[in-house]
Amino acid sequence: MTDDLNHARDELMRASLDHCVKCTICETQCPVARVTPLFPGPKFVGPQAERFRHGESVDESLDYCSGCGICTHVCPQGVKIAELNIMAKAVMKADQPPPVMKGLRDQVISRTTVMGKAMTPVAPVANAALGIGLLRKAVEKVVGVASGAPMPTARTETLRAWLRRRPAPPAATREPIVFFHGCAGGYFEVETSKRTIEVLEHLGFQVLVPKQGCCGLAQQSNGLFENARTSVLDLCDALRSVGKELTIVSSSGSCTGMLKHEAHHILGVDDPRLLDVGARIRETSEFLLELFESGEVLPEFRRVEATIPYHQPCQVKAQGMGMPALTLMEMVPGVRVVESGQPCCGIAGTYGLKEEKYDIAQAVGKPVFEMVKATNPDLATCDTETCRWQIEKGSGVRTVHPIELLHFALGLSDDLPL
Amino acid sequence: MKRLSADVVVIGGGATGAGVVRDVAMRGWSAILVDKADLGQGTTGRYHGLLHSGGRYVVSDPHSATECALENAIITRIQPQCVEQTGGLFIVGPDDDPEYSDRFLIGARATGVPCEEISPAEALRREPRINPRLQRAFAVQDGAVDGWQMVWGAARSAMEYGAQVLTYHRVTDVLVRDAKVVGVVATDEKRGEQVQIDCSFVLNAGGPWAGQIATMAGCEQVEVVPGRGIMIAMNHRLVNSVVNRCIHPADGDILVPVHTVSIIGTTDVRADDPDRLPIPREEVQQMLDAGEVLVPGFRESRAVHAWSGARPLFKDPRVSATDTRHMTRGMSILRHDVRDGIGGIISIIGGKLTTYRLMAEKMVDAMADQLGETRPCRTADEVIDPPGSSTYHVTHRLEEREGDRLDDQIICECELMNRGMLTELMAEQPTANFDDLRRQLRLGMGPCQGGFCSMRATGIAVQEKMVDVERASELMRLFLKNRWIGLWPILHGDQVRQTALDNWIFHGTFDLEALPESQEVAL
Repeated sequence: MTDDLNHARDELMRASLDHCVKCTICETQCPVARVTPLFPGPKFVGPQAERFRHGESVDESLDYCSGCGICTHVCPQGVKIAELNIMAKAVMKADQPPPVMKGLRDQVISRTTVMGKAMTPVAPVANAALGIGLLRKAVEKVVGVASGAPMPTARTETLRAWLRRRPAPPAATREPIVFFHGCAGGYFEVETSKRTIEVLEHLGFQVLVPKQGCCGLAQQSNGLFENARTSVLDLCDALRSVGKELTIVSSSGSCTGMLKHEAHHILGVDDPRLLDVGARIRETSEFLLELFESGEVLPEFRRVEATIPYHQPCQVKAQGMGMPALTLMEMVPGVRVVESGQPCCGIAGTYGLKEEKYDIAQAVGKPVFEMVKATNPDLATCDTETCRWQIEKGSGVRTVHPIELLHFALGLSDDLPL
Repeated sequence: MKRLSADVVVIGGGATGAGVVRDVAMRGWSAILVDKADLGQGTTGRYHGLLHSGGRYVVSDPHSATECALENAIITRIQPQCVEQTGGLFIVGPDDDPEYSDRFLIGARATGVPCEEISPAEALRREPRINPRLQRAFAVQDGAVDGWQMVWGAARSAMEYGAQVLTYHRVTDVLVRDAKVVGVVATDEKRGEQVQIDCSFVLNAGGPWAGQIATMAGCEQVEVVPGRGIMIAMNHRLVNSVVNRCIHPADGDILVPVHTVSIIGTTDVRADDPDRLPIPREEVQQMLDAGEVLVPGFRESRAVHAWSGARPLFKDPRVSATDTRHMTRGMSILRHDVRDGIGGIISIIGGKLTTYRLMAEKMVDAMADQLGETRPCRTADEVIDPPGSSTYHVTHRLEEREGDRLDDQIICECELMNRGMLTELMAEQPTANFDDLRRQLRLGMGPCQGGFCSMRATGIAVQEKMVDVERASELMRLFLKNRWIGLWPILHGDQVRQTALDNWIFHGTFDLEALPESQEVAL
């Protein structure tokens, strides 16, 4: 057993199970347990089962945990339920490695950067291939990626290529800040990244975009702790390379959570580089709302008459910062935001891609899809990439990052269906 | 009065009595065991859960050490399902006298107790939470044992050999005619009737109550000194092997992982009455402090329950009657024909759970000798648990639950007891109260201490028509009352929050006090 997993087994995070009073609040809020009896629920596999764990893994049903983190978020006693479950899953993976092809699948889908690098140069071919039902069926059979699962659309231009090509931005009037785009934001959700940068520059910031890799979140949630640890520390080095005390902003909701707390709590990374980055990073809406509410910057929004459905992803909820995106969007005159009221859209990172979890993920997401369709058939908002893919696929409604609405309201673009 | 008869009546349903009745039955005598309460409700159930390697006694009591080492192997072989082979460590703490550890090592070799010195780093690798400032560490073959499973296993084995086991039968008299025991009178507490059992021999395994029994037969001055000790169960396994301090046996120097909890203990104070065993707050504090030496941060972890047990120590004129820590842990077999001139009765006092089988063997040997018969003991050779059983492991219930999770309702969430386990035992033991069921199923022994499972169990008992509503309510009240005895002395930290929630549920929502009452006292 590696040191990483020894941490998982023995760290005092386990001691948080002592706080459980069996109130069952987590079980009532767990999006997976409510749709399938296959998952025994967060309280069961977390603080309860942990008391029985030592050595070999005997409860494979814990693998049905999607790792969404809602349980930890709602626990009134401070039990780190999701963290316990993710650690137990990692131990299980080390004890009982999954079948070769599923192991391979977990390695591939947890490496968004690799996927992006491979797909961008052949974007039309890759997109066409992902659209071929028969091919997807074959992939499902062989490696276990669900044929119906949402897949990212490959872009012909990466964010870095755009940054090199675009004309020089206007001269900055405010301090420099660092932009962390995440792997998806570098290769697939390039538009979100571009528009975040443009909004920040419009507000006067100098936006620094260091060359950067993956945060390791997907590896972590697939139980690949060693890889995740390397990834997150490499990323910290990259983000620190352009300035020591700068604010870091990211439109990648879940990756922000990885840097803020998950890598520390789950992987047990105590490295000062991570603690430094974790203290400086802000999710885009969080950053902008703070800025606007301080009165330092007062944006001039145009009026937008629209009712916008908004779903806050589980991993953004887990950051415990309220719903800044909702407040922010409603600062635009005429905009009314309807919040999904759902814990999770089902995808939970890479969970909903897996053939054995696909139906569950769809059932979890159904109320979100229904709410989106009923609220606005043309446009929805959500802060995390994979969740947008899931909602778009499930509802058929175009789903964008809240920053795109602000970009539109600031008059920087005109291509949203508003 | 109901009349029964048997060759031998065994008094006391602890480990010793259960071992004795099994041994008697296996040697071909007819036998009846009686206990005033449930099996394993006295000292057997109020102990540490430690299956001794012998390490604890290698310096202070070498004979006991050797016996423990031998019996540990026998119990593990004949009752594997009760035993978890956790292994154990003796660690020399940062402030402990290292001189003792040299004597410890020499003693282990001399007594045949398997023992191997390992580096402090290796000890920390095995048990990452123990005190990192330890000086030395020794690995031994300590294990954990479920005393209730052990007693029930022995009792069931005895029943297969034709013995009867009568729980809740309180002995009120031992009948003696012509200086010879001829019978026992008992009260069946659950049915409220008198029972007379004619017999030609009584084996007194009353533990701390053995003196009272002997007196009933006219054998005076059998002085059993109850050495009271408290233990505290912590909510989860802070260690996965037994951790002992390598010092001359003292208070709070053992931490045992038993099932899902870890148990710290114990103290040793002379008690006057084995039916009244307090859990003094200062001793609780003493245990928590002692835990800190073994596992730093111990005080912050959650204590879920405390209890007090009474070692039956035989008063040895060589030590002061108040110094129970240094009274012998060995067994004393009293032949009352020789000692008091009363035939047909032998008492056994002292001993340890680990050596319960050996104690039974010696006691029954003494009876056979008195009867002039030679019937060899076979208890060490015949396996009690089903053939092919393996030793217990903490993961077992989780593993079993994985198999039945879609088919059977979970009743006790903390200890993973399902509905099937409960209804099956209720059907087998229809007069059992919830504490009787608890000892065999671990109902209500986890962190919520019955907060969630007791009402479920009550509902099921009514639904399955085991009890009427009045008795069901009484049983639930009794169960919660008994849990409370072990809760209030350790109420701090996380357990306070649990207790507050439980209290709101039972009083605020359920209005427990206003539930239907029964005319009879629940047992």
